Amino acid sequence: MSILIDADTTFIVQGITGREAVNLTRECLDYGAGAKVVGGVTPGRLGRDVHGVPVFDTVAQAVQGHGAPIDGSVVTVPPAFTKDAVFEAIENGVKLIVIVTERIPRRDVAEMVELATLRGARIIGPNCLGIIVPDVVKMGGIGGPAKNAAQAYTPGPIGVISRSGGMTTEMSSTLSAAGLGQSTAVSIGGDAIIGSTYAELMPLFEADAQTQGIVIYTEPGGRTEAELARWVTENRSRLPIVAFMAGRFMDEMPGMSFGHAGTIVEGKEDTASEKITRLAQAGIAVAERIEDIPAMIAEKLAERAPA
Amino acid sequence: MRFFEYEAREVIKRAGIPVTDYGFTTDAAEAGEIARRIAGPTVIKSQVLTGGRMKAGGVQFADTPEQAEAHAREILALEINGHAPRGVLVDPKAQVEQEYYAGVVWDGTRKQPVMIFSPVGGIDIEQVAEEQPEKVGRRHFSNILPFSGFEAKEVIAATGVSGSALNKLVPILTRLARLFVENDMILAEINPLGQLTDGAFVALDAHMDIENEARGRHRKLLAELGVGEEETRQAREATAFELAGEQVDAQDHRGVAGNVTEFDGNLGLVIGAGGGSLTLFDAVRAHGGRPANYCEIGGNPSVAKACGLAKLVLGKPGVERIAVMMSIVSNTRVDLVARGVIKACLELGHDPAEKIAIFRIPGAWEEEGFKILARYGVEYVDRSVSLNEAARRAVEKIGGGDAATGAPAAQAAGGVAPGSES
Repeated sequence: MSILIDADTTFIVQGITGREAVNLTRECLDYGAGAKVVGGVTPGRLGRDVHGVPVFDTVAQAVQGHGAPIDGSVVTVPPAFTKDAVFEAIENGVKLIVIVTERIPRRDVAEMVELATLRGARIIGPNCLGIIVPDVVKMGGIGGPAKNAAQAYTPGPIGVISRSGGMTTEMSSTLSAAGLGQSTAVSIGGDAIIGSTYAELMPLFEADAQTQGIVIYTEPGGRTEAELARWVTENRSRLPIVAFMAGRFMDEMPGMSFGHAGTIVEGKEDTASEKITRLAQAGIAVAERIEDIPAMIAEKLAERAPA
Repeated sequence: MRFFEYEAREVIKRAGIPVTDYGFTTDAAEAGEIARRIAGPTVIKSQVLTGGRMKAGGVQFADTPEQAEAHAREILALEINGHAPRGVLVDPKAQVEQEYYAGVVWDGTRKQPVMIFSPVGGIDIEQVAEEQPEKVGRRHFSNILPFSGFEAKEVIAATGVSGSALNKLVPILTRLARLFVENDMILAEINPLGQLTDGAFVALDAHMDIENEARGRHRKLLAELGVGEEETRQAREATAFELAGEQVDAQDHRGVAGNVTEFDGNLGLVIGAGGGSLTLFDAVRAHGGRPANYCEIGGNPSVAKACGLAKLVLGKPGVERIAVMMSIVSNTRVDLVARGVIKACLELGHDPAEKIAIFRIPGAWEEEGFKILARYGVEYVDRSVSLNEAARRAVEKIGGGDAATGAPAAQAAGGVAPGSES
């Protein structure tokens, strides 16, 4: 199986007429069994279509046009309009929202996440590439054009969670080359506040029978790794985890921000070395190099395999 | 972006929180004038964005305007941790009965702001939390519901503060919470918050940090505070090389080819994307390589942009070769980056095969890209060669690191001395 989405998931693309959104829509329609993109929203563009997907002015119109509740939305509108777009999706019953947009102030993100929680909806991102279930469906730009995504992602037992969109594909490709496919790969975004953290996705992977192990990409900055370490310790997860930590050089340069907005190191607990220690204490193996990940997770899978 | 104390105090004053009748100036004589107006003992405080100013002599007490002027003159000339002061704040020396603490920060795990209050102020709140945890109150508050006074009251009462102090503190904390939210702060702290001998409260020092991503919606406030659009207030100011990188990125709106940070090595890096750049920079150093720069490309930049970035890096004194490497790309086109970096070499009169140590960008349009690279004899590798291995080969080609010395990768750290002006 998979987490978050499957072949039956319906979704819309908000901001569908933007250049990147047009490409993203094509990619999702082409990949796997073909995503059920049931509509797009760009205010003022009612009646147009993007690769055969009808465009509406409002999410309410899209829901009406579809004739049933819509499961998800990929939000690609500019930062100043993102909060309104996400509120609109939530208030129209959408339960899974992937926010692609970068550079959204964290107050807006926090407001979106709180409303989502109140309404029983989930946010992935912002500043992320979305979700992919290999050979089945993808929601967002993750993996790129269908042909490229098919080259990197293969079905299998590993759940992938990454703060970097590009590294989601790099790590999955490395796993695939070693014969370790992925159950679902999720690009969670690199900002200081995100809709779904590692720890918040773990219960979903835990409940997914296909998933046997987890590989994560992490960076300096923030407390999400500490939160994961705590979750693993408290919940006695059945899933072994291997982590890769990038940006170790940043420890020598406090106050400087590299890579994603969330990497600025604001406290001692945020540094790469502190995180590595914390993860290791929770039994999470931390890889020095991407190419070491397949053997490390394979070894852990073998340890936990029933005799 | 951090605020100077004099700016933070202005924000506090505008929010209706009582402050002392202080003055800010960049001129010693004017500092004397301010002290004369205050007509009593004063404190002269250096305005720098670094800690430890008290220890460094950046805070001095004066009984007369003449003393105030003399102290101001000294402090204005005093660098603290390499930072020249922006000016001095001349503050009346308050008759303080007790120092309190009030602050608001984000909790990224709860995804809500958290208000922190303590009747023990004037020192680091972390220290109070460790030594007297019962004296520190914390309370998260909603992002959606308007902040309400009872929330401030609860956090204050939780520390054992009652009586008229409690009632006077509630509006101050309420205003602090609101200004944190309204101004897109990531830190808003009053420390110390002084209780004077007459029982009134007044903010004696303040720390504030506004989120960079939100600066656009606070242009009016920033302009009124005199904060320049170009001021980043990073841990260090941008170098000329880094500013040139910003210009490359700004030349058109397609994709990213920038976020340049200067280092002083000999291997130029044209790398991406966000996570890939972090991984590659670590890998180059792990193999004993000395990067000349950090940068990020991504989001499908134009040929012109990739070319501009490569030219900038190639032109940096001390750069012998460049390595062009990214994690697998999905929307960035390999062929466009390949054309950009080859064009950069040719325009500078270099042989691309000589100057490009390695090209490792697999993904969209790679066949087209590899064809162009092959035509110019540039060494390229596909996804079967890891980021780490590509970095190792680049370091080896430049004759540096463990490839040359045989030192184990883990021990070879290799120079991170950011921003030395070359």
